[in-house]
Amino acid sequence: MMSDRVMLGIDRIKCDGHGVCADLVPELIELDDWGYPIIRSGAIPQSVLPHARRAVSGCPTLALRIQSLATRR
Amino acid sequence: MSIALLAGPPAVQGIERYADHQRRLGALPPATELIGSIERSALRGKGGAAFPVATKWRSVASQRAGTPVVLANGGEGEPLSRKDRMLMEQRPHLVIDGALLAANAVGANDIVLYVGADHAGAIQTMQRAVSERPGTERARLRLVSAPVRYVSGEETAAVHFVNAGIALPTSIPPRPYERGVDGRPTLVQNVETLAHVALIARFGDEWYRSLGVAGASGTTLVTVGGAVPQTVLIEIHQGMTLADAVNVAGGITSDSDAVLLGGYFGGWIQSGAAWGLSLDADPLHRLGHSLGCGVVAVLPSGRCGVIETARILAYLAHESARQCGPCTFGLRAISAAAGRIAGLTSTPGDLERVQRWSGLLAGRGACHHPDGAAGLLASALHVFSGEFTLHDDQRRCSIVNTQAVA
Repeated sequence: MMSDRVMLGIDRIKCDGHGVCADLVPELIELDDWGYPIIRSGAIPQSVLPHARRAVSGCPTLALRIQSLATRR
Repeated sequence: MSIALLAGPPAVQGIERYADHQRRLGALPPATELIGSIERSALRGKGGAAFPVATKWRSVASQRAGTPVVLANGGEGEPLSRKDRMLMEQRPHLVIDGALLAANAVGANDIVLYVGADHAGAIQTMQRAVSERPGTERARLRLVSAPVRYVSGEETAAVHFVNAGIALPTSIPPRPYERGVDGRPTLVQNVETLAHVALIARFGDEWYRSLGVAGASGTTLVTVGGAVPQTVLIEIHQGMTLADAVNVAGGITSDSDAVLLGGYFGGWIQSGAAWGLSLDADPLHRLGHSLGCGVVAVLPSGRCGVIETARILAYLAHESARQCGPCTFGLRAISAAAGRIAGLTSTPGDLERVQRWSGLLAGRGACHHPDGAAGLLASALHVFSGEFTLHDDQRRCSIVNTQAVA
C-alpha cells in the first residue's frame, strides 16, 4: 500500500463542509461555493503527502481518507 | 402496447397467471452455465447504468463472506418511466423466474422483490404471483414495498431500506455486491433485466442476440411520452433508431426541437440529431448519450426547453436525500437560479453561475444523484443555449407567451 500511488478519498455523507482540509492541503483541495471540498484528481505527489495525512487526521468528521489510486471513490 | 419481452410463444393478454406462464414457457430451467450464456448474450442492466450483467453476477458469486442475496429492483422512481411497473403488472412470473435464476446462479437463497409503494397494481400482481408459486420458491421470496422517493431505487438506498428501513443511499465502499442485505453480498438487479434473463435461460444467448438489429443484441422496454398520441410502453429490438421507437409509439403529434433521452437522469438532444440515433448502450455511450432506464420524451412544440429543464431540476433538488453538501446546497442553488431564468426573473450572473455550477457536481455525492442532474443541465445548456440567453438577457421566452412563468 505504501508503495502504491495514492489519492484522497472522501465520504460525502460524513463531510459537513468544515473546510479544514482546504486549509491544510490547498495543493489538493479547494472549496466550492458552498464550502464543500473539490479534490484534485490523480495521485498525491510525494512532497504533498505529509500535508494530505495531516488533513486526513484533522478532518472534524473523519470524512477524508487516503486510498489506493486503484480504488475508485 | 404489447409487451413481447416476453418473446417466445405468444403471451396471454393482460396479467399472466402462473399456469399460463408455465404452459407458454415451460418449467424454470437450471441455472448451470447461465452466467456464460448471459455474457454471450451481451445483456446489460436495464435500471439505467447499462452495466454488463454477467460481470455483476460474477462479482457477487465470487464473494467469500456469506451467502448472497438477490434484490429484484422494481422501485422505479423515474417520473417519466412506466416500464418496470407495467412489466410487473403483466408478466410477474417472468420477473420472479429471473430472480430465482439469478439466485441459483450466484448461490443465493433469499430474494427480495423491491417494488415502489406507489405502484399499487404491480404490488398486487407480484403478491398474487408469489402466492401462486410452489412452497419451496415462496419460502425464498420476500416482497418489500419501496418508499415513494426518487432515490429509493438507487441500489445502496434499496439495501439500506431493507436493512434498516431508511431508503437513503449509503457511502461506498462497501458496494452492495460486497456487503448488502444483512451484510451479505447482494445482487441488486432491475426487474426488467431479470425478465430478460428468464428468456435467455430458456431460449439461449444466440436466440437473444438475434433479436437485436444493427449489431445490437436483444430487446428493450422503452417508455415513450411527450409529443406522441399518449405515453406508451413499447418493446423494441435493441439497435432500432429513436425515430423507429417514436413511430411505434404512434409518431409525433407536433414539431419538436428536442428529445429528452434517458429521463431525468438523461439528457436533451436536438431532434435533428436524435431521430437517427441507435437505441443501444454502446453507440449511445460513444456519443455521450444514454438510454437510461428506457425513456424517450419528445418535447412538444409549445413547450420551452428552459422551463422544462428548470422544472426537472426543481424536482431533482427536492428529491435530493440531503446527505451530501454538494447535492443539498449545489443542486438547490442551481435549481433556484434555473427557475429564475425560466421564469424571466433572473438576477445578474445567474446564467454564468448555472454554467459554472453545472460542471461542479459530478462525482461529488455518495450516489449519482448530482451527476444525473448535472448531466441533464449540461445537455440543456447546450441544446437550448439560445433560449437560455434570451431568457436571461432579454427576459423573453420565444415559446411560452407569458411573463414570469415558473
